[in-house]
Amino acid sequence: MLAFAIRRAFQSFIVLLVVGLVAFSMFNFVGDPIDNMLGQERTDADIERLRTQLGLDQPFPVQYYRFLEGAVQGNFGISYRQGRPVSEVISERLPATLELAFVSAVLAIIFGVALGVFTAIRRNGWAANTIMTLSLIGVSLPTFLIGILLIYLFAVELGWLPSFGRGDVVDLGWWRTGLLTQSGLKALILPAITLGLYQMTLIMRLVRSEMLEVLRQDYIRFARARGLKDKSVYFRHALKNTLVPVITVTGMQLGAIIAFAIITETVFQWPGVGLLFINAIRFVDIPVMAAYLMLISVMFVSINLIVDLLYFAIDPRLRIEKSGSGK
Amino acid sequence: MKMKSILLAAAVLASTTALVSAQTLNWARAGDALTLDPHAQNEGPTTALAHQIMEPLIIRDMTGAPVPALATEWGPSESDPNVWWFKLREGVKFHDGAEFDSEDVVFSFNRAMSDDSDYKELLASVTEVRADGKYGFEIVTDGPNPIMPSNLTNLFIMDKDWAEANNAVKVQDYEGGEDTFASRNANGTGPYVLVSRETDAKTVLTINEDYWGMDEFPMQIKEIIYTPIQNQATRVAALLSGEVDFIQDVPVQDLARVNDTDGLKVITAPQNRVIFFGMNQGDADLTTDNVEGANPLADLRVRQAINMAINREAIKQVVMRGQSIPAGVAMPPFVNGWTPELDVVPANDIDAANALMADAGYGDGFSIRLNCPNDRYINDEAICQAAVGMLAQIGITVQLDALPKAQHFPLINNLETDFYMLGWGVPTYDSEYIFNFLVHTKGEKYGSWNGTRFSDPDLDVTIEALASETDLDKRNQMIADIWAVVQAEQIYIPIHHQVLNWGMSDKVGTVVAPDDTPKFKYFELGM
Amino acid sequence: MANAFKDTVIRAWKSDFMWSFRRTPVAIASFVVALLLIMGAVLAPLIAPHNPFDPATLNLMNGFSAPMEPNQFTGETFWLGTDDQGRDVFSTILFGMRISLFVGFAAVAFAMTLGVTLGLIAGYVGGWVGALIMRIADVQLTFPGILVAMLIFGIAKGFTPIDQRDEMAIWVLIIAIGLSEWVQFARVVRGATMVEKNKEYVQAARLNGRRSAGIMLRHILPNVLGPVLVIATISLALAIIAEATLSFLGVGAPPTQPSLGTLIRIGQGFLFSGEWWIILFPSITLLALALSVNLLGDWLRDVLNPRLR
Repeated sequence: MLAFAIRRAFQSFIVLLVVGLVAFSMFNFVGDPIDNMLGQERTDADIERLRTQLGLDQPFPVQYYRFLEGAVQGNFGISYRQGRPVSEVISERLPATLELAFVSAVLAIIFGVALGVFTAIRRNGWAANTIMTLSLIGVSLPTFLIGILLIYLFAVELGWLPSFGRGDVVDLGWWRTGLLTQSGLKALILPAITLGLYQMTLIMRLVRSEMLEVLRQDYIRFARARGLKDKSVYFRHALKNTLVPVITVTGMQLGAIIAFAIITETVFQWPGVGLLFINAIRFVDIPVMAAYLMLISVMFVSINLIVDLLYFAIDPRLRIEKSGSGK
Repeated sequence: MKMKSILLAAAVLASTTALVSAQTLNWARAGDALTLDPHAQNEGPTTALAHQIMEPLIIRDMTGAPVPALATEWGPSESDPNVWWFKLREGVKFHDGAEFDSEDVVFSFNRAMSDDSDYKELLASVTEVRADGKYGFEIVTDGPNPIMPSNLTNLFIMDKDWAEANNAVKVQDYEGGEDTFASRNANGTGPYVLVSRETDAKTVLTINEDYWGMDEFPMQIKEIIYTPIQNQATRVAALLSGEVDFIQDVPVQDLARVNDTDGLKVITAPQNRVIFFGMNQGDADLTTDNVEGANPLADLRVRQAINMAINREAIKQVVMRGQSIPAGVAMPPFVNGWTPELDVVPANDIDAANALMADAGYGDGFSIRLNCPNDRYINDEAICQAAVGMLAQIGITVQLDALPKAQHFPLINNLETDFYMLGWGVPTYDSEYIFNFLVHTKGEKYGSWNGTRFSDPDLDVTIEALASETDLDKRNQMIADIWAVVQAEQIYIPIHHQVLNWGMSDKVGTVVAPDDTPKFKYFELGM
Repeated sequence: MANAFKDTVIRAWKSDFMWSFRRTPVAIASFVVALLLIMGAVLAPLIAPHNPFDPATLNLMNGFSAPMEPNQFTGETFWLGTDDQGRDVFSTILFGMRISLFVGFAAVAFAMTLGVTLGLIAGYVGGWVGALIMRIADVQLTFPGILVAMLIFGIAKGFTPIDQRDEMAIWVLIIAIGLSEWVQFARVVRGATMVEKNKEYVQAARLNGRRSAGIMLRHILPNVLGPVLVIATISLALAIIAEATLSFLGVGAPPTQPSLGTLIRIGQGFLFSGEWWIILFPSITLLALALSVNLLGDWLRDVLNPRLR
């Protein structure tokens, strides 16, 4: 276990180093940072001074090391677009995205598992079939279309929910939350549904197929034969056994949710890091792009690591399989 | 069970209407202010936000008439024709409590005349500014300047001590991507105080209870929440659903819908702004075209052909849905110097245009890049797209590069575009303002927004002389002469004059300001 | 011997396949829809009334014509109406689909080539090379395709001169989407390779000093053909949606050459003003395209992988 954990942690570390290299290369080779930072009326002395100040006269590995050093301390330089430290801009926007992602994930898990179990139990009922077909439509509908549809329906035609933004936020000092105000919660509903829908369908389909698989197993048949009630069979035995893969996939999807938030945030003008990132792409605001990349990869890699370790801890069988697969 | 309670919670939330304070105004428009530094960018949305927080000496009210702000009286000096005197308002305090006096005015004017300032053209004729006691102020120009006061209506006054204490004496170099304390914070004398600001996301202002004009103006709005919403549909949806009370740019296609919605109204008025294309006609070769070793736009016939190829009526009817006034001159009708003859819309004549192209040796056409903003003017990108089709008919293949204004404008300022869209509002209501910025050779004091590389030293002399010409008839003749050159040389391709469509909740009472700058101290706010 | 075996397998697989196809109305329907759409895109220059990508042929006055109603200025009638620039929506959909499908197929082809190659290497060579490839795959899997695409786009935008950005956009889309889809292929192929590698005939071939790679390839490919086909179909749907999404976000196809996503972005601006056709028809087309391909993929998976049913 320990050896496995250490190996995985080391691999994650390597991944971060590589991503860092990509981010660093973006910094230094996409556009000229000096060009970007100095105005038109620069002198050669200015350029020289800035070169030294930025350490651009140092050899490549030294520069890379410095970049990583800065990154670890959360220092990604100044946003070309906003003229403020990138770390400041991002930490200002991050709560919005995390709240949205969290609520979407919770919605996706609750509804995904519930619908998955339902469609597995009533596998040939009309309701289950309808849900399955709808879920395929859901997967085929791009997120942005779902968002537009929801805005049209609930914000414009019915006027129930806000169509953009985050509503009122409460400042907790280091975290501005929209979860404590009514307008904040209302503003969250449509984006959270939009963002969570795809993940919900994924989880639902996964739970369904895992359930079906488990229900075919011998021990379930025995349990039934022993006269156990359906409810107990379904939930105590079947669902429990489907949870391992569900946890893995959900963990992976958490990263996807944060990335897909970019689209949702654009449609709903949700002031999170996704909107910041898409604007950074439009403006070729490299420091923001690099920082976002690093941030997202740290998140992804740590989620992955945790999921892997959990996986390993929950299901002892996997230990053998994994080592047996010649990895 | 959980599912049920979530659905229930959603239903409860949905059924209760938001309790927004009646005195809060939610204000939205397409783009954000570029900076809070009052002298860094002379640009509509930037000054619009600044006007709520800071004040000039003289301000234009919502009808466009100049009225006293930080100056109570002013006039040309009787002893020296080159001097304007101003009597400053007494007892005014900045938001941080500091007292306002002539020292701050002198400081702000000097700051606005410094290198990185975007207002130096307005003050190009100024040789000296000086205090005359604590509440007196004088501007000395290099000759008599009859229209000086109208140059000052967007020239904001900062607190000298605040700027010095916060290392903000120097104007932010916006094009150079600089960041200063003053670009993120503001300390003015205006009716509203900056509470918080997140660029591109949300700016909150609250009423300045110590404002000198508390009793003079309605001052009914206590709090302003300003949200830039770039996406047109989202912006309209926000107005329709009541999340915002006031948007300055109702998309033309949604006017009817907004008007037909209970509790909402649209008010419309011609804007003091003209939209046009600029062309690099000065350089020997262009980098953004496919013609080697020559500049097709330097040929007058090509510029005339482009002028004829643009179907302004079609742009008006389809892109603008009737909400524009096709233009023949790059000058809004409000401006001194405008005549109906100048503004006659050029005929849309593809055959004649093609003949001109052939004459110029470009019968087979050429290709060029067109730079366009996509969040600044009404349907800016759609107009450019329409132009792509129209120019294709005379053989010009256009690559359209539509960018947000924050990226587009530096292209013009840094001379990195050869063919671009620009819109120009004229806060001084005088042609001199247009000439100073758009026609004069680009240089230190003049021509900062002239991206055409057009340069005529004789014309420059005339333009500079306008500032000190006191004989108004003669001055008007000079203006007419300059326009004759601008038109004959086809320096710009005018498209149309914008029409403003402000959409708002019925409870908001205001008129449309021709400069598209709402000044919320004038707004009424019913229940 | 090997050939006869192969033939039987293929024949059996085919007939089973066809039997299932004939018995599944959904599969037939989605196949027909997908085929019609693809034909429409391929034959667009022949069947579309206009070429919306040629700006010289556009008449702005035709803008905002409602479907089947004569335009108020020009009197021309358009089946599905026109957009804000006077482009015929029907033609634009056909031409837009060309971009969507071209990007989709090219991205899948790219992903498949990359994935199959790397999967073979990982499975056959194994050792640290295989581990490295699979680690890269794992990492790739954690980064959602759309994000990878946007990043590549952002970086490429910084590198490319502005006048080449339009041409660049399509290729960046293909590479970006392709890069985000190769992992699935690699995993399947690697698994199959590892099973095959230890079979006796490969060992024997190896002992005889013959190159076993060629033999293996011949045996592995039939085994993975099914799963690869399923993955390719699902990837195609994903790629089409990814392209539409990126274009919608404004980081894809240029506005003068609208793909389905660009059209929807344009149409979104007219959602409230009554010009519903600009957004509705492209949305339906996109949905039909993605859904039919997805349904086909779903059905393929059921047929080739009955365990999941």
